[in-house]
Amino acid sequence: MQAYLSIKEVTKRYANHLALDRVSIEIPQNKIFGLLGPNGAGKTSLIRIINQITAPDSGEILLKGQTLHADHVTKIGYLPEERGLYKKMKVGEQAIYLARLKGMSKSEAQKKLKIWFEKFDILNWWDRKVEELSKGMQQKIQFVVTVLHQPELLIFDEPFSGFDPINVNLLKAEILKLRDQGATIIFSTHNMASVEELCDQIALINQGEKVLEGEVNALKEANRNYTYSCEFYHPVSNWQTELEKLPVELLGSDFISNKLKLHLKTDPTLNSNELLRMMLPLGELTSFQELLPSMNDIFIQKVGKTAKSASDE
Amino acid sequence: MNKIILILKREYLTRVKKKSFIIMTFLGPLLMAALMIVPIVLATMQNIGEKNIAVLDETNWFIGKFEQDDNMQFHYVFDAVDSLKKQVLQEKYDLLVYIPRPELNIPVNAEIYSDRQIPLNVSSYIKNTMRKEVETKKLLASGIDPDVIKSAKATINLVTIRLDEDGGETKSFTEINVALGLFGSILIYFFIFIFGSQVMRGIIEEKTSRIVEVIISSVKPFELMMGKITGIALVGLTQFLLWVVLTGSIYGVFMLIYGVAEAPQVLTTESAMTSPAESMLPEMNNEALTEIIEVVDAINFPVIIGSFIFYFLGGYLLYAALFAAIGSAVDNEADTQQFMLPVSIPLILGLVVSNFIVNNPEGSLAFWLSIIPFTSPVVMMVRIPFGVAYGELALSMALLVCGFLFTTWIAAKIYRTGILMYGKKPGYKELWKWLRY
Repeated sequence: MQAYLSIKEVTKRYANHLALDRVSIEIPQNKIFGLLGPNGAGKTSLIRIINQITAPDSGEILLKGQTLHADHVTKIGYLPEERGLYKKMKVGEQAIYLARLKGMSKSEAQKKLKIWFEKFDILNWWDRKVEELSKGMQQKIQFVVTVLHQPELLIFDEPFSGFDPINVNLLKAEILKLRDQGATIIFSTHNMASVEELCDQIALINQGEKVLEGEVNALKEANRNYTYSCEFYHPVSNWQTELEKLPVELLGSDFISNKLKLHLKTDPTLNSNELLRMMLPLGELTSFQELLPSMNDIFIQKVGKTAKSASDE
Repeated sequence: MNKIILILKREYLTRVKKKSFIIMTFLGPLLMAALMIVPIVLATMQNIGEKNIAVLDETNWFIGKFEQDDNMQFHYVFDAVDSLKKQVLQEKYDLLVYIPRPELNIPVNAEIYSDRQIPLNVSSYIKNTMRKEVETKKLLASGIDPDVIKSAKATINLVTIRLDEDGGETKSFTEINVALGLFGSILIYFFIFIFGSQVMRGIIEEKTSRIVEVIISSVKPFELMMGKITGIALVGLTQFLLWVVLTGSIYGVFMLIYGVAEAPQVLTTESAMTSPAESMLPEMNNEALTEIIEVVDAINFPVIIGSFIFYFLGGYLLYAALFAAIGSAVDNEADTQQFMLPVSIPLILGLVVSNFIVNNPEGSLAFWLSIIPFTSPVVMMVRIPFGVAYGELALSMALLVCGFLFTTWIAAKIYRTGILMYGKKPGYKELWKWLRY
């Protein structure tokens, strides 16, 4: 399948540092794509290039096979990390203004805004000035304005910052709904838990380079480090010496009133069935589970590694 | 283009709907009208209130010489000074004019008694009348007929006339030209500063409220900047036109109410002062009237108003672009100082130099400053009422257009980088780098 957005060899250099170094990413249609990376990795630079706020020094970006051009901005909805509204302007008036800048007609914007405002239960704010609202309320309005013109491509940069857990859930549900309705979504965040929850695919950028790209599940699988957790009820008294005979590495243990928890690492040649068989003599096995790395672990592992190699150089 | 209009509309409407704009729009003409009207009102107020004046003339020189009018009633009395003073205190008379018998044979002293402040026009009238009477008597004593002196008096009308290349002649009125020129250049100076800094503040507001990134994901930074600059230009023009219309109509209404009632009064006081010259009055009035018409005719209104609008817009566009660049480079207004100084210097220089240029509007200083785009809006306005060669005007205008295209180009480059930069306060070196991105 053709990617919705192809980022090809994009390089962006600022006066004294390289923000993006020949980054290529394929973002598939109708998926939630996580754009991850530590602070200063170049995510915002890339997002701004996609939004045509800045231009790349070299490389190109294709949207459905077409080189990005000015008309594409109406197909993109962008919620920047640093966001805000005109403080002195009224909510409804402002939302209509921003929608019209995205090419909507006044009446269409008005109609759709009423629907969204009703959904978010903020219709009675229509005639109030933005400065009278709390930060969370302003964020809601900002979200509505971003998605109002039904863009094919949505870019959310840290969309959940500043929201309480109830509104985070409301927003997550809306983001998933937008994907189900056909939108392609780029989701940039540091919050790895929400990445696992929402993203179908991710790309990890560090120091201007792409270091990882793929489907979330496949990445976890590929980055498995053969660690397991086992729990025993009434373990044999000499479990420690028995364990030392086996080809496993003990990462940690926890023994409280007849219950033993082990955290083990094996080598890739040993499959889980064999390991399970080896564990059985140690006691009554109540739980056996392979520990797949979380996105958080992968993030720290990949970013930490490059940070280390960079400091080695 | 469509989006620039959307932005322009927002910038225009939010500013025009602001309370401060509405207040300034109405207060401005009121202040201006007040400047014109208050002196007239004050002058008429002095005439209000009839004065009952007792004249005790021990010399008998002036009996019947003070003439009655609406404001002054003269009563010639022959009583002791002290009892008359009491009568003034008892409000029988408002004033007592006491002319004591002179030590020599010419009366040169007089005293006025009153229980309150004496209006200036009353005392000056009394003084003038006495002076004239004494002068006449003195002339007669030396055997000269006062009418001979009167007929020997002459007034000189000095009319300066400009010769054109093509043989035309126009009367020129230097004082009017100086006033018009300075007024125009001061107005342009203030408009550039007031509305230029509005552009700057608007951009800082967008930057600090962080809405700017949302907007430039929909429109180009250049469109946002130009929408703002042109929107505020229209606010400036609207304010200016409303001021002209409102000031004009306030003044017009005032003239209708007061002017009609006042005209005869002025005549009577005048006639009272120059008593036998009544026959000359209509003639003089006609002369003044034709002179006013000539002055108005001599002012080239289409050129002055046309060039005012052109130089206001051109100068504003040139400086607003620079103000926009400054606004985009900083995070708050306090940081603008270091950049504001070099931008304001040419404007202030233009205004200061204008005061010298009015004395020599054709000099080389005037010429060069009215050609250089950074000072031309302020300086050229001073020269225009004196007449500027069309070729020179065209050169100055063309350079001004080039000037604002140039500053807009520079500003756009700084702006598109500046609006996304937060935290650090950039120096000139930094700005130079942004120019080359």
